[in-house]
Amino acid sequence: MSEKKLIVNRRQIIRGAAGGAALAVPILHYIKDAHAEEYCNMPKGKEVVLGFNVPQTGPYADEGADELRAFKLAVKHLNGEGDGGMLNTFKPSSLKGNGILGKKVTFVTGDTQTKSDAARASAKRMIEKDKAIMISGGSSSGVAIAVQSLCQDAGVIFMAGLTHSNDTTGKDKRRHGFRHFFNAYMSGAALGPVLAKAYGKDRRAYHITADYTWGWTQEESMKKFTEKEGWQTVKTVRVPLGAGDYSQYLTPVLSSGADVLILNLYGKDMVNALTQAVQFGMRDKVVNGKNFEIVVPLFSRLMAQGAGEAIKGIYGSVNWNWQLQDEATKAFVKSFGQEYGFPPSMAAHTCYVQTILYANACEMAGTFSPAGVIPALEGFKFDGLGNGPTEYRAADHQCFKDVLVVKGNEKPTSKFDLLSVVELTPRSKVEYDPKIFGGELGPINTKPC
Amino acid sequence: MFKRNARQDLIFFLVFSAFVLSMPVLLAPIGAGYPDLLQKFAIYGLFAIGFNILFGLTGYLSFGHAAFLGVGSYAAVWMFKLLTMNVIPAIVFAVIISGLFALAIGYVSLKRSGIYFSILTLAFAEMSYKLAYSVLTPLTNGETGLQVKLRASGPVTDLINQDVRVLDAAMGIEENGIPAPSLFGLEITGWQAFYLCAVMLIAGFYIAMRINRSSFGMMLRAIKSNQNRLNYTGVYPRPYLLAAFTISGMYAGLAGALLAVTDPLAGAERMQWTASGEVVLMTILGGAGTLLGPFLGAAVIKYFENIFSAINENSLHAVLSFLPDPVENALVSVLSMFVGEGWHLTLGLLFMLIVIFLPGGLIEGFNRLIGLFTRSRKQTTGENREEA
Repeated sequence: MSEKKLIVNRRQIIRGAAGGAALAVPILHYIKDAHAEEYCNMPKGKEVVLGFNVPQTGPYADEGADELRAFKLAVKHLNGEGDGGMLNTFKPSSLKGNGILGKKVTFVTGDTQTKSDAARASAKRMIEKDKAIMISGGSSSGVAIAVQSLCQDAGVIFMAGLTHSNDTTGKDKRRHGFRHFFNAYMSGAALGPVLAKAYGKDRRAYHITADYTWGWTQEESMKKFTEKEGWQTVKTVRVPLGAGDYSQYLTPVLSSGADVLILNLYGKDMVNALTQAVQFGMRDKVVNGKNFEIVVPLFSRLMAQGAGEAIKGIYGSVNWNWQLQDEATKAFVKSFGQEYGFPPSMAAHTCYVQTILYANACEMAGTFSPAGVIPALEGFKFDGLGNGPTEYRAADHQCFKDVLVVKGNEKPTSKFDLLSVVELTPRSKVEYDPKIFGGELGPINTKPC
Repeated sequence: MFKRNARQDLIFFLVFSAFVLSMPVLLAPIGAGYPDLLQKFAIYGLFAIGFNILFGLTGYLSFGHAAFLGVGSYAAVWMFKLLTMNVIPAIVFAVIISGLFALAIGYVSLKRSGIYFSILTLAFAEMSYKLAYSVLTPLTNGETGLQVKLRASGPVTDLINQDVRVLDAAMGIEENGIPAPSLFGLEITGWQAFYLCAVMLIAGFYIAMRINRSSFGMMLRAIKSNQNRLNYTGVYPRPYLLAAFTISGMYAGLAGALLAVTDPLAGAERMQWTASGEVVLMTILGGAGTLLGPFLGAAVIKYFENIFSAINENSLHAVLSFLPDPVENALVSVLSMFVGEGWHLTLGLLFMLIVIFLPGGLIEGFNRLIGLFTRSRKQTTGENREEA
């Protein structure tokens, strides 16, 4: 048997040659391709492709659906269709309403499934097959961090959507990644004083935390700022993403001697946990002679909608709220409402803004190359996108702006009127030194792909 | 007889290799000619081919093979973090670790057969998943996933966030940012990574073919057809089973290592039961017990997951714009249920149709087609085709 295999005859040589040729064709094919562009996915035709990578299934699917609506609206406005939304209030704006740098904006979509693997596969498909020049989206910091490092390696820009972990622009920051959304540190810094004022300085807190990067950093920040106000932390419990039933985590809370429950959860997880906590009668309990309270550090209107009655009177922080009274917010809510029939969530807002900011940076730089776009975004100061004056800090690619502390409405006037703004914490109170989280941005990557 | 088989096998193997290597050109017209998807075809093809050595030959249905895939990925990423970005130590180490892991789990699970074996493997895999997800966070970094990081410049306190790469450091390899996996200086990303996976797939396919044709493979098939008869003739089947289980675990580990090579990040979700179920689907869809079937099944499922899930209403409108508006809108609203988020539905329907009408999987379908066109030649080649 083995002897026979060693004998090579004429036919086998011919076959081998055929195999070799089959191998050589694709290799030549890609070598030829690689040298035609100056940077990854340089747009060559009349169109430019953006990739919107959002969770369409899983615990953050509601946020993902709303993000996608906002992306579509942003593309419409950039192409000069519709009423223009915040393009009319944004300043300083270089946008012309004819796409980006004269090229019509098109987009591709993908499902992250709130899983790093699926999200990276989806993002790779956008970059390698659809030739997307920028990837945006999010709703889970784990996913955002995974996709951000992928974009760094590939040499395209990542405009993070909803991601609230300190790590996204902290220890896992990348030169090609930018975040408009606020982070856990800012939430903590804004909420700490408000909570101390409302509930007193002598409180004992119990944390239930989503077991991944966002949960960890939010727990850390909330502990830091509540302890600064004199609170004690009784215990912190980590729960897996998408747990569904929280009764096993909630029952030990009351016997622990804690009088405040801090839920470091988001999306459907937060809705489930909060609803179950309220069903347990936690909010009617009196512990240590004080009313038992629940805090949800990261709030959103979509979650409030899901939690219904349970949300009333509960404190939290948001990046933006559709009921703000500035011109930009009004313009955005109006055009989003006309398109879809209801107001946008803060996830939708941040995704819309990120798309506009990216387009504007390309116009400012006069190119799609990361070598031009990244410096244009770094340190960029702007206004008129719903958050007041905002700055993209160059040192860590984090946007700095005022933070909203909100409370669940006791008497909602409509099914969207769920959160009322308690305090607008000014930017100076939530700012921090970029060095405290470590990490490095790394180089600008203009390698063709 | 034996000689002809060996010769036909060689031709079959060469055709398969040529097909795999020219996939970038051949599959471009159906939108699959980009590196990431083709890497997935090769990697999951390898995973399914290995799974088929256990399931297709012995009939033992393991519902926990994703655990070995995950272990392979973690092992490979740890090699990247500790030793070197060269892919060879990572692949070797991943195969060894997942082989040991499979040996241990197989030793316990194979004490039972049938549904009890399946449940045992499922339980072990779910246990591994939960361990990776929360308990073993110092080894796996939990939900965030284990990633390659910058090489530490000072003393190392936290191995999850600071890499050492002692071999690279000893050889004085400079790093600018986070390095990509390499093969002696050649960066393994994009197309290079695909060709690495393709070569591994071809090697794995060859080994599977040799196993299939060997007396060991015959013994495995004997276990499938009647284990009692084997016992009565004085053959103790468990060592054979354990060997098959370990080999398929090593294939899974190799696939896991290649996943880590093409994308240096290992997440716990790779070990979830849905991932274990996926490889079962791949094998059955393609044709369990055949050589080519598992690879085809893997490619079809990955194609659906990546291409069908990305079709949205806009792209449907663009394709169907030649139709009159009312017809177009009606058609788009019907079709959009089956694409985008609905790709699972399409895949489910396809799976149902195949299991009902083609119990032998896609391979049976091809055989029937070939049978239709070459009815006269069927007598002479049919037997061999069944096995292909």
